[in-house]
Amino acid sequence: MTGVGTNYFGKPMSRVDGRAKVTGAAKYAAEHNVAGLAYGYAVASAIARGRIRAIHTAEALAVPGVLDIFTHAHRPKLASSDEKYGDEVAPPGSPFRPLYDDQIRFSGQPVALVVAEDPETARFAASLIRIDYDQRTHITDLEGNRGRARAVSENGESHSHKRGNATRAFDHSPIRIEVEYRMPVEHHNPMEMFGATAIWEGDGRITIYDKTQGPLNCRNYVANVFGMSQDAVRVLSPYVGGGFGSGLRPQYELPLAVLAARALRRSVQVTLTRQQMFTIGYRAANIQSLVLAADADGRLTSFRHEWLGMTSRFENFQRSYVTWSSQLYKCDNVEFTQKLVKLDHNTPCDMRAPGGAEGLFAIECAMDELAYAANLDPLALRLLNYSDKDQIDDKPYSSKELRECYRQGAERFGWSKRSAKPRSMREGNELVGWGMATGIWEAMQMEASAKAVLTANGSFEIASATADIGPGTYTMMTQVAAEMLGVPIEHVTAKLGDSGLPHAPVEGGSFTTSSVGCAIQTACRAVQKELLWLAQKAPHSPFAGAKLEDVTFADD
Amino acid sequence: MTITLHVNGVAKKLNLAPWTTLLDALRIHIGLTGTKLGCDHGQCGACTVLVDGRRINSCLTLAVMKDGAQITTIEGLAKDGVLHSVQQAFIDHDAFQCGYCTPGQICSAVGLIGEARAHSAEEIRELMSGNICRCGAYPNIVAAIEQAMSRKPASRPKAEHE
Amino acid sequence: MNNFEFTRATDVADAVRQIAADPGATFVAGGTNLIDLIKEGVTKPSRLIDITRLQLNRVEETSDGGLRIGALVPNSDLAYHPQIDKRYPLLASAILAGASPQLRNMATTGGNLLQRTRCFYFYDTTTPCNKREPGSGCSAIDGLNRMHAILGASEHCIATHPSDMCVALAALEAHVLAAGHNGERSIAFADFHRLPGDTPHIDTNLNKDEIITAVELPPNGFAKNYSYLKIRDRLSYAFALVSVAAALEIENGVIRQARLALGGVAHKPWRDRRAEAQLSGAPATRESFMGAAQTLLSDARGFGHNDFKIELARRAIVRALSQAASATPQSQIDKRVR
Repeated sequence: MTGVGTNYFGKPMSRVDGRAKVTGAAKYAAEHNVAGLAYGYAVASAIARGRIRAIHTAEALAVPGVLDIFTHAHRPKLASSDEKYGDEVAPPGSPFRPLYDDQIRFSGQPVALVVAEDPETARFAASLIRIDYDQRTHITDLEGNRGRARAVSENGESHSHKRGNATRAFDHSPIRIEVEYRMPVEHHNPMEMFGATAIWEGDGRITIYDKTQGPLNCRNYVANVFGMSQDAVRVLSPYVGGGFGSGLRPQYELPLAVLAARALRRSVQVTLTRQQMFTIGYRAANIQSLVLAADADGRLTSFRHEWLGMTSRFENFQRSYVTWSSQLYKCDNVEFTQKLVKLDHNTPCDMRAPGGAEGLFAIECAMDELAYAANLDPLALRLLNYSDKDQIDDKPYSSKELRECYRQGAERFGWSKRSAKPRSMREGNELVGWGMATGIWEAMQMEASAKAVLTANGSFEIASATADIGPGTYTMMTQVAAEMLGVPIEHVTAKLGDSGLPHAPVEGGSFTTSSVGCAIQTACRAVQKELLWLAQKAPHSPFAGAKLEDVTFADD
Repeated sequence: MTITLHVNGVAKKLNLAPWTTLLDALRIHIGLTGTKLGCDHGQCGACTVLVDGRRINSCLTLAVMKDGAQITTIEGLAKDGVLHSVQQAFIDHDAFQCGYCTPGQICSAVGLIGEARAHSAEEIRELMSGNICRCGAYPNIVAAIEQAMSRKPASRPKAEHE
Repeated sequence: MNNFEFTRATDVADAVRQIAADPGATFVAGGTNLIDLIKEGVTKPSRLIDITRLQLNRVEETSDGGLRIGALVPNSDLAYHPQIDKRYPLLASAILAGASPQLRNMATTGGNLLQRTRCFYFYDTTTPCNKREPGSGCSAIDGLNRMHAILGASEHCIATHPSDMCVALAALEAHVLAAGHNGERSIAFADFHRLPGDTPHIDTNLNKDEIITAVELPPNGFAKNYSYLKIRDRLSYAFALVSVAAALEIENGVIRQARLALGGVAHKPWRDRRAEAQLSGAPATRESFMGAAQTLLSDARGFGHNDFKIELARRAIVRALSQAASATPQSQIDKRVR
């Protein structure tokens, strides 16, 4: 690291992509109006389960301006093995294959793509398509199908965990609560709908502007599904209108646009409608049951947490929902289980703190109920049961500032003024509820690479194949690079959202700064070394014999 | 049908099917992609533009019905490279993340200021409720609009430790 | 959208002529509901007749001291019009409770009256809907019916009328002026919108060849004691679960005249003359208000997902009448319900 104090780290600065965004100059995936562009409109299935008996497209094909209508019965060749469709983030199972066969596997499944000279014609022609279905009884209700829930292990790893004897400890404890919480399906619905502009380069290559959190993931997916070499496919996502997890996996506009481009040998743009944004991945509806017990002082003696959630019939999606309490609260007798119910919906996908948002909500609500059962202040209950180690891995934390967060929060929010009795606080004719809860998240780091180029005129370019869905990745990359080399912010250009750039993981999990940021630091350190070496080569160099750690890089 | 739209001060003669929305006319026929498609049904405000000075949803407007109208899009707010006070305020207050709702928010805010009916933060919030932001930049959007309204000099928000 | 012809009407007579000549034609003004429905494939007019150049955009006093509002006056212009603000604040409040500023800038008085239900089954062309396709069935009755009617419904349709402005117009006893090839007529507001009965595909009593030219307000705007209270799933830019337009004339603590109209609960703005008669002559107290609510809701029934609306309506009626009585109307900016 460079000298004392920092120029950019930890200091607020205006986003480097701000001007592009406030002037409308920033172009998103479906805004690249290349010459000869055709437009695709996806048709959604009217049933949730069954098969397509026939698709009648004659009337639609006759509409002037319609170029073609792709269906499972009329499409170019697609890969035929699960592993070709499996992307970096795919859960265990058989990934969905758009327009592959006549099977309807979920509510809203895309079953046809109309391609026309303009989007309005494509949409109108789509309304003329008639589909005959053999409809089967669908199951989409989690609550009514709880009985079908099964615990599912992935790659031999189960999501269950047990310590001590939770049932016996519960039976012998004076304070006991049993609660059940429900969460409905939550849809990401970023402001930008999923869209892709597949540009037919004419020489076997295809360049795709796609709305995605992972351009590399999408590039590999396209190459696999269409049997193309990775060099022939380039995916670009310089500006992404929100993702929240929905863009971690390739969404179906991507293969549909590529499929049409390859068949028509033309550039094709496909945008999902807002309604279709409800047919992609989502946060799974779930039912969580918690059974807690404590001794007379409020110390946890037993903690059981079961998560029951939905998944598709073809993939088993789950994250870690039920182990969070063992990172937060000391307890020797625990039993955690996760179960899945297969429904006729598309597969859920990651959404804002996947696993954590669901599990912690339930755990904290349950702890709140326990506080009342134990006649303890909810914050005091947390502190009494505070754990300094992860009890599943049985390792102490290298650092955990939660106690300090509680202390500062209590002070700043005036927690001591809170009246503990329910319904005891009011303002006018409104009751005031006042509580607290804890949120934690794992600090992760993934493999990433970055490229740094410093030119003789002092401009500096830093690049990695990550994306920026809004958290400010462009700005973070710029800050890190400027800090490392001591150059003014204005001289640094960050490049991302391009599968041709150095490898980066999908932008998710809150790990991009730790991963890509560190890769940038490493790349910059290499530039520093090179600069120092060059400086030392000069005759009578003042830097002769200097070590890298003794040198400061600054802009005069 | 042949119509003329005066977009950001430039007369654009267009030959359009009557069912072409103003939004599609701007984004596809004229190539001004700054105005965004967020829902296509008037439920999100991302397509907000100013027509004869009034903010409207361009996705529910037929282009042919605005023949001869003065239309201002996000691309037309800056003058000679100098950002409009609302655009600058959005940068100063970090009033966006992904940026997709931003052109609609800014055009809507310009319309709001022209209507001169919002004077408090509460009024700004209610009279900007036709613009959805899924990244949740609302508090910063309100602050940016307050700045633009008061024409106070831009100030960078202080960090906690400063 | 389907391919349609597009023409412009030059004046009212021309508009009437054009619409009478083409059964597949429809007028377009603001387009905020019509364009939405065409995009969804719910309605497929063969011709759109643009009426925006008709001279129907004035607000003027009538000979009896009331107000005539041209059919093309935009909702926002109407809400902020000094005469409306001063004399008919209930109407202004109701308009400002609806939609968004952008939509209010586009939508017209006439269009607001004619807007169609937002029932999701009406919108979803893959599901049975008697309003969209007579005889196909009603998917809402045994389906997801949170937004649906608790009063005046039939076995054929339980949809609600989504307008806020219309609830105020119903309470104020406005009249709708229409021009057709048979001449002009005035329709009492209570007779403008229909209940579903066994003809749910017909929303209003306007004839196919008629164009709304204006809405007339009587002289009494109940400007002193009124409130428009709208309860919905979020604070703004959403349709009502239940809304109440309450207007009172009070003298020495006794109600001389009461108007009470509900939105979000029926196929049209809901008024119950028995409830209003009950309030007339009664003290302006909570007990009186609860009695009126009881009467108005005596025949209310839920359909499974909207049962909560009955109790919600009861409380909203009492609250709105209390707000009106104390001259502290619900603010459409400060959302706290005091």
